[in-house]
Amino acid sequence: MNELLYCENLSKKYGKKQALNDLNLTLYPGSIIGLLGPNGSGKTTLIKLINGLLTPTKGSILINGNPPGVDTKKIVAYLPDSIYLNRWMRVEQIVDYFKDFYEDFRVELAYEMLGKLDISPKSKLSSLSKGNKEKVCLILVMSRNASLYVLDEPIAGVDPAARDYVISTIINNYNPEASVLISTHLITDIEQVLDEVIFLNRGNVVLHKSVDDIREEYGKSVDELFREVFKW
Amino acid sequence: MKFVLDKNRALSPQICEHICLQIALGEYMPDSKIASVREAALDFSVNPNTVQRSYETLEVQGILYSVRGSGWYVASDISIAKQMLEVVLEEKTAQYFESMAALGYTVEDVKSYVKEWKA
Repeated sequence: MNELLYCENLSKKYGKKQALNDLNLTLYPGSIIGLLGPNGSGKTTLIKLINGLLTPTKGSILINGNPPGVDTKKIVAYLPDSIYLNRWMRVEQIVDYFKDFYEDFRVELAYEMLGKLDISPKSKLSSLSKGNKEKVCLILVMSRNASLYVLDEPIAGVDPAARDYVISTIINNYNPEASVLISTHLITDIEQVLDEVIFLNRGNVVLHKSVDDIREEYGKSVDELFREVFKW
Repeated sequence: MKFVLDKNRALSPQICEHICLQIALGEYMPDSKIASVREAALDFSVNPNTVQRSYETLEVQGILYSVRGSGWYVASDISIAKQMLEVVLEEKTAQYFESMAALGYTVEDVKSYVKEWKA
């Protein structure tokens, strides 16, 4: 199988602070992966490196064999941890914007998902609640036909019912050619949809395993194992 | 039948067990089509790969069969699925005796209590 994401000795320093430290990681297509770790463990740094928003201090990162750039942005759909869309725009304008921007954007799918959530395409982004804004962002990202979806904290701001919606959206859009990387602190809410998890600590991978293997080996849920590994 | 996943155990065997029980209880008839991998994944809120693995395991055990381009079907012979009922009976009974033992009741105590039990 070809590697979708390949990181070798990947390091990132902010001044003296070592955010990622010789991280090695390989991901393949067809799985849903949880990126878990305490605050400041390097999750967002890794995600920003994947998206070419940061450059490595040392080591290499390849997506489908290419370093982050124009080619990789075509196949990576990224949901940042904060809302970045223009507040004055209407939902339909943003959909058009995405259509112009990404060749793989599926307009009908976006409208279908918006319809299910009763979000009017005419509404201005500024008039939507925080949770609904986040849902719009997720819909835009999942409407792309990408190879790698990178979701940074997709469920932090939404209510439990909407979390179920987010989870079913991820399941619904699952395709064996693509992988989804999800960073989150809300492990319990999401662990049943994960194939594998990555535990990050101090800029390094401390565990990378299939979720069912974890349950079988430790007799514990991922959430419980996390609490144990990162006990303080 | 209500189905609750135990997140402390591997999910795939739990789904296998649940489907066996559905077949054994006649919710799915022999040779009928069952939910697609994606539908079942949405229904259980689990990863489609987990359902796929469960279906494949059940196929090896002769409980399901797949038809290319069509989907998954219940085997004509559902005797294997029915054995799952006994497995669950045994498991739950053992659990029950265990938890009663923790309260200090012997197997004999519990048996005589059960005999008198009016449901």
